[in-house]
Amino acid sequence: MTRWPASYPLALLIALFALVPVGVLVALASDTASLFDAHNLKVLGNTLALMALTVVGSVLIGVPLALLTAYVHLPWRKFWLILLAAPLAMPSYIGAFTLYAAFGPGGEINALTGLPTPAMYGLPGAALVMTLYTYPFVLLTTRASLLSLDASLVNAARTLGMSLPASLWTVVLPRVVNGVAAGALLAALYTLSDFGTPAIMRLDTFTRVIYVEYNAFGLSQAAMLSLQLLVIVALVLILESRVKVTPERPGRKLTLWPSRWQSVVMLLASAPVVLLSIVLPLAIFTLWLVREGSAGFEFSYAWNSTYASLLAALVAVVVAIPVAHAAQAGRAGRLMERVTYLGFGVPGIVMGTALVYVGLQLPFLYQTLGLLIIAYVLRFLSLAVGSIRSSAESLDPSLVKAARLLGASPKEAFTRITLPLTMRGMIAGAALVFLEAMRELPATLLLGPTGFETLATYLWRVYEAGYFGRAAIPGLLLVLMSGLGLALMFSGERRGDIDVIDKRDSEC
Amino acid sequence: MLSVQNLSVDYGTTRVVDDLSLALGADEILMLVGPTGCGKTTILQALAGLIPISGGSIELGAWHASATATVAPEKRNVGMVFQDFALFPHLTVQQNVNFRLKDSHLADHWLELLGLNALRNAKPANLSGGQKQRVALARTLAHEPVFVLLDEPLSNLDAALKDSLRWEIRNALKEAGVPAIWVTHDQEEALSVGDRVGILNRGKLEQIAPPETCFCEPASRFVARFLGEASFIPGRLEQGYVTTDLGSAPGTPVDGATGEVDLLLRPDDVSMHSSGSDSNGTVRWSRYEGGTCLYSVDTDAGCDIKVRVSHENRAAAGERVKLAITTTHPLAVFNRVPT
Repeated sequence: MTRWPASYPLALLIALFALVPVGVLVALASDTASLFDAHNLKVLGNTLALMALTVVGSVLIGVPLALLTAYVHLPWRKFWLILLAAPLAMPSYIGAFTLYAAFGPGGEINALTGLPTPAMYGLPGAALVMTLYTYPFVLLTTRASLLSLDASLVNAARTLGMSLPASLWTVVLPRVVNGVAAGALLAALYTLSDFGTPAIMRLDTFTRVIYVEYNAFGLSQAAMLSLQLLVIVALVLILESRVKVTPERPGRKLTLWPSRWQSVVMLLASAPVVLLSIVLPLAIFTLWLVREGSAGFEFSYAWNSTYASLLAALVAVVVAIPVAHAAQAGRAGRLMERVTYLGFGVPGIVMGTALVYVGLQLPFLYQTLGLLIIAYVLRFLSLAVGSIRSSAESLDPSLVKAARLLGASPKEAFTRITLPLTMRGMIAGAALVFLEAMRELPATLLLGPTGFETLATYLWRVYEAGYFGRAAIPGLLLVLMSGLGLALMFSGERRGDIDVIDKRDSEC
Repeated sequence: MLSVQNLSVDYGTTRVVDDLSLALGADEILMLVGPTGCGKTTILQALAGLIPISGGSIELGAWHASATATVAPEKRNVGMVFQDFALFPHLTVQQNVNFRLKDSHLADHWLELLGLNALRNAKPANLSGGQKQRVALARTLAHEPVFVLLDEPLSNLDAALKDSLRWEIRNALKEAGVPAIWVTHDQEEALSVGDRVGILNRGKLEQIAPPETCFCEPASRFVARFLGEASFIPGRLEQGYVTTDLGSAPGTPVDGATGEVDLLLRPDDVSMHSSGSDSNGTVRWSRYEGGTCLYSVDTDAGCDIKVRVSHENRAAAGERVKLAITTTHPLAVFNRVPT
């Protein structure tokens, strides 16, 4: 037995800590009387129906847009890609809120223009919103698969006399099925764990019912429902781990050259997606801002959000460093890292339920900011770990060796070589955690100390109270945060994933 | 019959193919050669309709394409053989060759002719490079194209295979009786396989002629240098003869060259002897090639001349030698460029 890497004990501790929520839920749920009843079945049906509709919708929108952004030569390609991927960075409850308010009899569109619009609520409304905010998963994974394909195959099919749509269907699509599936499963996971959209659309899915149970002091019933939801999440995660995106031999990139009117038609066809997911929320919030100003809004909401998220980001990075180090050190370490990823799969409402119980058992934590920070860290730790690990992996080990050979002690090599080179990853990881925490709704609702209002929870209170107009400022601030998140996603080390620079072959 | 008039292709503001015109006979094979980045592959893609053209026209029997009147690749009936084979990995050899055929008769013919019968049910991943390229060729020819484009079909294969497959492809094209444009960067391939050779430089066609003409009467110094070793030596052209420091030879003027000229010398046009007093050059380096040996000699007049001699004739670097022009056939003569 060789000596354990220094980071293992700490990483092990953190991994065990990450398992706490699940353990707590099991203990809690064992108190409950009913395992499964008729209402429960309806909730399951609603959840699965929403998931299925969202998956279908996101594939139907995501795959054509992936073809468009991967293969078609358009002016401002990068701009269109960012615009079309933007809904990914927005919390879907923003979309749900504004769509709910805009449509239907008496909705904002009806009030402004007199045009009758269909009401948005229940399953269709929730499915539309979830589709609008999850299709970018499919878009990005499919696009990555498409870009890895060799263009010669399509060109061969076309020179053999097959039309372009038929070539794409028979030659390209069978080869990107896994990429599409990977995106669709991410969309399914996101749908399962989303609280805001079904709650606003009044669709009884697991997340909404858990919240209702919690508010009715049925904590053990909420825990039982949480466990059931976790089982579905686990099934989707298992499916996801089965999907292998096989790398293709790199080849030439396919480029299609549409005529001017074809470009216009394609862009117009994708406009409704952007209109509904980005333009509409912005327009509604702006309308409310003009109409009602900043009534009811207090600066402390923004400060609370920022303060709590900043703390969460700091703690997450500090905790992530040993985990990321352990993950590189050996197999056991990689397992520990995997365990910390659990939290990302645990829906916020479930995490909230589990930690409320922890708070009840440990009174010194109950109703404190600390418990909320723990919830944020447990949920978003994987973002910091992933970011730090990928920057550490890109660090050439021979650099540290070179420093040592030049006479530096291990400590000096770490502070002068490793740390500066991984700082970028730490900052990126912290920023990701910060932005996610800013927008987090369900766990904040459950765990925020009394009177501790953040942008997200204030938006929720406003919705519950029916004072929609007061959502303007928190809504716009959250959209701004999402914009920052998007900018981060498209810069730095993630550039590799969504590279849009046109690498034309140096051919001949 | 393929006819290309004033074809131009732009990538953004860069002109990649510039004012290209050519016409091909019934079963003629045209080899397109040129250095990397000269636009060879772009020309093929433009002819196949895979990229838009910005000027000129392409005409082939039933269709006529120009910058404004585009014809989709699938409507052109042009066959294309790709450098990386482009076999559909999820289909077997037979399914690949049969891709869009209703009647498998022609597929069988080409599978048989190219010796692929035993591999009908194999997947492309299990084939060797040479087999893959044969399948690709069979697939192209079985679809009865009126015209075939080959994009460096041999560049991904090892040297031993290249030589035999080169002739197999040529024979198959002749058997099919279709005109073809074959892009390569291998000058030996270009000279040996094609009926005509087109040499490209920066998107422009420098010369298009039978291989012997391109080699012996290159239209420019660029062509001379691109096809084989070329040395230039100053001389004086008078009454069809060029007189130089290394002797004289009959000369064919290029671009009306006359008076003070540069004579193109191929390594085989010159003899080399080790000698004492009448030496006129110093060996810079030698490269052993098996049956022959290539020398680079600095003449006393300051020229760098490449000479190929029998391997029995050895000289070491730094040794004094005597060079003499031995050829009796006319050599290309260029206008002197001021240095």
